[in-house]
Amino acid sequence: MRTTLRKGLSFLAFAAIAWTTALSGATPAIAAKIKVAAIYTLPVEQQWISRIHKALNAAAARGDIEYIYSENVANTDYERVMREYSEAGNNLVVGEVFGVERAARKVAKDYPKTAYLMGSSFGPSGANFSVFDNWIHEPSYLTGMVAGSLTKSNKIGMVGGYPIPEVNRLMNAFMDGAREINPDVKFSVSFIGSWYDPPKAKEAAFAMMDAGADIMYAERYGVSDAAKERKVMAIGNVIDTQKEYPGTVVASALWHMEPTIDRAIAAVKSGNFAAEDYGSYSYMSHGGASLAPMDSKLVNAKTMTAIKAREDEIRNGLFRVNVNDSEPKSSM
Amino acid sequence: MDVIEILLTVSFWAAATRIATPLIFGTLGELICERAGVLNLGIEGIMTAGAMAGWMAVYQGADLWSGVLFAAAVGMIFGLIHGIFTVPLGLSQHVTGLGLTLLATSLAYFTYRMILPDVPSPPRIEPFQPFAIPLLSEIPFIGPALFKQTALTYLAFVSVVVVSLVLYKTPLGLALRAVGENPAAAEAQGIDVYVMRIGAVMVGSGFMAIGGAFLTMSAFNAFFFEMIAGRGWICIALVVFASWRPGKALLGAVLFGAFDAFQVRLQQALGGDVPYQIFLMLPYVFSILALIVMSRRAAYPKALMVPYRKGER
Repeated sequence: MRTTLRKGLSFLAFAAIAWTTALSGATPAIAAKIKVAAIYTLPVEQQWISRIHKALNAAAARGDIEYIYSENVANTDYERVMREYSEAGNNLVVGEVFGVERAARKVAKDYPKTAYLMGSSFGPSGANFSVFDNWIHEPSYLTGMVAGSLTKSNKIGMVGGYPIPEVNRLMNAFMDGAREINPDVKFSVSFIGSWYDPPKAKEAAFAMMDAGADIMYAERYGVSDAAKERKVMAIGNVIDTQKEYPGTVVASALWHMEPTIDRAIAAVKSGNFAAEDYGSYSYMSHGGASLAPMDSKLVNAKTMTAIKAREDEIRNGLFRVNVNDSEPKSSM
Repeated sequence: MDVIEILLTVSFWAAATRIATPLIFGTLGELICERAGVLNLGIEGIMTAGAMAGWMAVYQGADLWSGVLFAAAVGMIFGLIHGIFTVPLGLSQHVTGLGLTLLATSLAYFTYRMILPDVPSPPRIEPFQPFAIPLLSEIPFIGPALFKQTALTYLAFVSVVVVSLVLYKTPLGLALRAVGENPAAAEAQGIDVYVMRIGAVMVGSGFMAIGGAFLTMSAFNAFFFEMIAGRGWICIALVVFASWRPGKALLGAVLFGAFDAFQVRLQQALGGDVPYQIFLMLPYVFSILALIVMSRRAAYPKALMVPYRKGER
C-alpha cells in the first residue's frame, strides 16, 4: 500500500514538472511584458532610490514591465535576494551594489539568462552585468554657479554622507561652478558618516552657518531644514525640493533614471542586453540630468542668462564639466 | 577657529543641549530599569518604536503632545513585554533585550510601511518649535544656550528633577531601589518585587520612547527606521558613567552632546588636513575615557541582572 502511494506521488510530481516545463516552453523567449525586480538597500522614499523607483513605476504604468521590489535590504543579505529574484525567473534585476561590488558580479555570473543593471562605482562585468550611476555633475556645476553668484559672505557650507565617488564628483563639480562665477568663494565641507541621520546633518549645517556660511549645499536630508530655520538659501541635489522649502531651495541638480531604465528594458526585450556602462544615460545630453527651475525671486536675470548659456554649451558638447572623484576638502 | 573660541560660543552649547536631549530621556529610562535590577537592551528598538509612533500619531492628525503620550504608551507596551520575559519568567536579560530591539525596530518600520505603502518622498509633520522661556532666556550666555530650545528639551530637564525626587525622596523610590539591591529583603517588607520591577521597566521604556520621539518630532520632522543610529547604546554606557544617578546622567548626556557638537565644529575648522573619520570617532573616544575615569568607583545595583525567584535562597 505504502509503495503504491509513494509511486503515485512521484508520478504526480513528475507530471507537474513536465506540465510546467511544457507550458514555459510554449511562451516566446521574451514575453511582451518583461519581469523586472529591484533590490534597494534603503527605503524607496530615500532621494537616490526614489529616482530609480520612479522610472520603474513609470515603465510599469506604461505596461512595459511587471515590477516588483525589495527595499531596505542589508548589504549582508543582498546576494541572497539577488539569487532569489534570479531563480524566480525575472528578466532584469535592478539595484545598487556599492557595498557588494564583488559578490554581486559573482551572482550575475551564475545566472547568465538574467540581465543585471546595477548602480556601481566600478565598470560592467561578464556578459550580463551592466552598471549605472548618478552622473549629474553637469547640473551640479550649474547649481554651483547659482551658489557662487548668491553668496554674500563668500562662504558656502557642504554637508555630505560619506565621501564616496558619486558624492565627491558632484561636490567637486559644484565647487568648480561656484569658483567660475566667484573666484573668492571658500568652502566648508563635512561628512556625517551616515546616509540618513537628519538631526546630525542639521547640526553640521548649523555649525557651518554659525561660522558664516550663507549658502548650503544640501546633499543629505536635514540640511535644507537647518537652512530654512536660519533663513539661509540652500541648493538641492538629486530631487527637487523647492516646493517643500519655498524661499530656501534656490536651485537643484536633478537626476532622471528614465533614459537608463528605458534603454535597459528595450535591450532585454530585443534580446540584445549586454554588459555595458549606462553612465552616460544620466548625462544632460541624454536627458538623464537637468537643472530644476531656479527661483526667479532669488536669482537675478543676468545670472540666469549666464547659467542658461552654460547649460546650452553642456548640452551641445561645447563645455565639459570636469570629473573629479577625490574627496573634497574644506578651504575655510 | 580656535578651540577655546569654539567652546565659548553660545551656539555651541545650544547644539550640545539639542544633541543631549534624546540621550537624557534614554539614559533616565535605562537608569530606572537598572535601578530596579533589570538591564533593558531593548532601548535602541524602543526608541525607534517611539520615534515612529509619536510621529505617526501626529501625521495622522493628533496634536504634538498627544503624539508624545502615544509614543510613551507604545514604549510602555514594549517595556511590559521585556518585563514579563525577564521578571516572572526570569529569562536572560541580555537575550530578551536584544531580541526586543530587533522586534521593535522591525515592527516600527513594518507598521510605517503598512500605513504609508507608497510615498514619493518622506512625509513630514510640523514639529515642536523652539521657544524662549521669559526671564531665564535673558541670562547672559546660559540663557540662549539652555532656554531657547523646544518643549521636549525642557521636559527632559524637568524629568531629571522629578526622577531624582521620586528615587530618593519617596517611599516608591525607596521600594524601587530596594528591589534592585536586595529583592528578598524588599519582599520581606511586603513589596511585590515582580510588580515593582515590571512597573519600573515600563516607566523606563516610556522615557526611552519619548527620547526617540524627540528625534522625529523636534530635531527633525520625518521618520526613518535607522535614525536612532546607536543613540540607545550610548545611553547604556551613560548609565554606567552616571553611576546610576539621575543628576550625573544629565551631566553625562550633556557632555556627550558637547563632544559631538565640538567634533562637528572641529571637523569644519581642520577638515582640510585631518581625515573626517577621526572627528566622527572623537565623541566615542572621549566617552570611553570618561567612562574609565568615572566608573572606577561606580556602585551598581547589587541585584542588577539577577532574576528574583520567590522563596529561593
